[in-house]
Amino acid sequence: MNYELDHLRSLEAEAIHVMREVAAEFERPVMLFSGGKDSIVMLRLAEKAFRPGRFPFPLMHVDTGHNFAEVIEFRDRRVAELGERLVIASVQDSIDRGRVVEETGPRASRNRLQTVTLLDAITEHGFDAAFGGARRDEERARAKERIFSFRNDFGGWDPKNQRPELWSLYNGRINKGEHVRVFPISNWTELDVWQYIADEDLEIPSIYYAHEREVFARDGMLYATSEFSELMAEETPFTESVRYRTVGDMSCTGAVRSDAATLIDVVNEIAATRITERGETRADDRVTEAAMEDRKREGYF
Amino acid sequence: MASPAMTTPKHGELMRFATAGSVDDGKSTLIGRLLFDTKAIFEDQLEQVAEASRRRHGNGTVDLSMLTDGLRAEREQGITIDVAYRYFATPRRTFIIADTPGHELYTRNMVTGASTADLALVLVDARNGVVRQSRRHAFISSLLRIPHIVVAINKMDLVDYSQERYEEIVEDFTDFAAKLEVTDITFIPVSALLGDNVVDRSAHMPWYAGPPLLYHLEHVHIASDRNLIDPRFPVQWVIRPGTDSHHDYRAYGGQVASGVLRAGDEIVVLPSGARSTIAAIDTYDGPVGEAFPPMSVAVRLADDVDVSRGDVLARPNNRPEVGRDIDAILCWMNEVPATEGKRYVVKHTTRSTRAVLSGIVHHIDVDTLHHDPAADTLGLNEIGRARFRTAEPLVFDPYRRSRETGSFVVIDEATNETVGAGMIIGRDGETHGVPVADQAARVSENVVRQPSKIDRAERWRLLGTRGATVWLTGLPASGKSTIADGVESRLLAEGVNAYRLDGDNLRHGINGNLGFSADDRAENVRRTAHVARLLADSGAVALVSLVSPYVADREAARKIHEDIGLEYVEVFVDTPLEECERRDPKGLYARARAGEISGMTGVDDPYEPPESPDLVVAPGDVDAAVDAVIAQLRARGVVP
Ligand SMILES: Nc1nc2c(ncn2[C@@H]2O[C@H](COP(=O)(O)OP(=O)(O)O)[C@@H](O)[C@H]2O)c(=O)[nH]1
Repeated sequence: MNYELDHLRSLEAEAIHVMREVAAEFERPVMLFSGGKDSIVMLRLAEKAFRPGRFPFPLMHVDTGHNFAEVIEFRDRRVAELGERLVIASVQDSIDRGRVVEETGPRASRNRLQTVTLLDAITEHGFDAAFGGARRDEERARAKERIFSFRNDFGGWDPKNQRPELWSLYNGRINKGEHVRVFPISNWTELDVWQYIADEDLEIPSIYYAHEREVFARDGMLYATSEFSELMAEETPFTESVRYRTVGDMSCTGAVRSDAATLIDVVNEIAATRITERGETRADDRVTEAAMEDRKREGYF
Repeated sequence: MASPAMTTPKHGELMRFATAGSVDDGKSTLIGRLLFDTKAIFEDQLEQVAEASRRRHGNGTVDLSMLTDGLRAEREQGITIDVAYRYFATPRRTFIIADTPGHELYTRNMVTGASTADLALVLVDARNGVVRQSRRHAFISSLLRIPHIVVAINKMDLVDYSQERYEEIVEDFTDFAAKLEVTDITFIPVSALLGDNVVDRSAHMPWYAGPPLLYHLEHVHIASDRNLIDPRFPVQWVIRPGTDSHHDYRAYGGQVASGVLRAGDEIVVLPSGARSTIAAIDTYDGPVGEAFPPMSVAVRLADDVDVSRGDVLARPNNRPEVGRDIDAILCWMNEVPATEGKRYVVKHTTRSTRAVLSGIVHHIDVDTLHHDPAADTLGLNEIGRARFRTAEPLVFDPYRRSRETGSFVVIDEATNETVGAGMIIGRDGETHGVPVADQAARVSENVVRQPSKIDRAERWRLLGTRGATVWLTGLPASGKSTIADGVESRLLAEGVNAYRLDGDNLRHGINGNLGFSADDRAENVRRTAHVARLLADSGAVALVSLVSPYVADREAARKIHEDIGLEYVEVFVDTPLEECERRDPKGLYARARAGEISGMTGVDDPYEPPESPDLVVAPGDVDAAVDAVIAQLRARGVVP
């Protein structure tokens, strides 16, 4: 016996350790769950950390209302299978209550509004730790993100004032009103996530596989036509075999041309891809080079 | 049964390495090059960088260093100010880079990055050679016990790929590293900008026979760096479903810190001391027969013993230390200095407890390695040796044996910030006031050493002793034996097994065939050192009193102790020649002056005084000297 773990199992062990630390040290943790691939991996890791016990926290979906129907169906089914509790924080509610103002025009998106909904829900439920599935490889501004990311009582993130994180010793001490975002899969890459999904044979929403969809092209990306999108002049819808690399708000999540019909196809496609998932599929990140950093300061995921 | 994925590394090994270099040594360029050449850079990232390079440099070349710049503030200042993590993979290994800023203001970031690293990649600019920063990086790497160091000598293109220059730098660095007990150090001449010896072998440096950097990173053996000897399992979380299907199920979730746990093993719960047996090791994928680091598992015990978070499971015959007094190396990471007498929270394994910083033993100058015992605070980015007294007992090992059970962080209760990082040397001996002579560049004192052997630790624990060697050097008749006598009686009275090795006495036995030539003197010292080492290893305090006139011989004696992690205290009995001659109890000086004997140290043979002894004792007050030696032993935890 050589007592070696391969890199995915090492990353898995690290994530389980992080989850158990949070469960032990916080009073009211919550796990964000979008139905996307990263949060699907997070659920499996939570099972690995806490089964046969129940999760010591509820799940929470920040619902923009602009969802892919397939993802919502998947979300509800998965939660039911797990027998865990789901809290839904709705952007529509925030709009109705006047907490945020809906953007208008063809480029309108509810992505930014989510931040307010999320912070309101954290305050309302008194959550002191929120697990997210963000990874450091997603975007340059994330490369310095801690695994325990401290947020002040306005939910803000100060990149200059993060706690040093050494060994596997995480400092989760906070004052009332503050909270910590916890990223157990910080050290995973997109390919790791896919390989793990394949290894664990995890079910994912069908939009991750190639399917025929009516789309239109904008800024070099493909977007689904839907009640949430408004076409601009000269944008003509067409049908294409596409799949999604991430799930999010329908209005700003782009699809990629693909024929990958199985998990193995997807993994192979990702392994060969030369564009990051954010660059390819998130319209909101393309606005400015520092877009991500700005949103994170405000308390984005 | 374990799922196949648990046991077969089909994805390759995970390796974490930390990079360090001074500003502009080319660290960002080198990392950019590694990422670029291993295709970890995506087109859109490259495009962003090309765009930003155009804006900054106004030309068409892509500045690879910009790939690894993160936050806006850094982009503006053009320097990296926080640890950034990068990822790339080859078919053999997956790599996590902790990219740490090189500037001296950011020692804390370097310490952070180094804390989990398997390997340190230190950059040196071939034009500048080994600079202060390089030494600092090497020191921190050794302090944090990174098992492997790679020194990339960069910008070889700017020194005409000169072998001579390369060798000069290798020699400089090696000289310095000799003081650090770094176990594995590799030098690679590269040009990050042009790619020489980064991924592919350079055509410009045929004289370099070693592998390129990436090949080395892929092949250096790291699996055996883990401690698989001492089973330690800090309990994180108790799994108690309380459901109908698992009514009586109770398991302890945690990550194996070191050693191998097996179903059926007898265990002890610490600090309580309760005993039980491992009934099963559960994972979501089913029970496993064995668990090893870094696996996260759930352990079920055969008996209903009291176990909660913060407890550590170990083997009854291989236990960590349990105690409230901790002696540690402390790296300070906050603007508000560490202050003696102040209260903090210490987080160690899965236990957090309040603690008092009971004393700062000395401050270590990161550049000269000078120890300053006068320090009573440690400021931001400073490193020193400190003592803590904790409210609850900690279950720990020395850091050199286990990073996981030997490390802790210090948290300020008022601000909740992480303000310090500690590496445990051992139990604190409750000394007050450590007498220290002016100690010059030397880091070996307890700071960085080879892992101690488990059988020795076991022996000492069973006997309740700790071995060490005290080496008294000085001119004939300087008073070495008198002091050794005094120390011996005092220790024996305290129940500590002390044993004197007197130069003159040894010459009647084991060294009976030796004269006083330089060679014979060297052999005399060598044999005595080895005998002392055996005694110390067995758990005794060996007290050597030997003229030992030459620095080289004494350094060799020190080295054979420190190489195997034994405490070694060099005491310079600094009695002036006139005084020794005046005493002359055996009449040797008089006979030498009269020409009756030759090769008398101090008369017609040189005495080289130690440059950096652990202790200097002045003539006259024997009791004070004895006190000072004993205090030094206490400070090192040798005697209680
Ligand atoms: N000629 C030459 N220039 C280099 C080399 N490596 C880096 N540089 C240049 O040195 C400067 C500083 O490099 P950078 O990677 O930003 O250094 P850092 O501060 O250590 O990250 C940049 O202008 C690089 O292009 C090299 O191997 N050869």
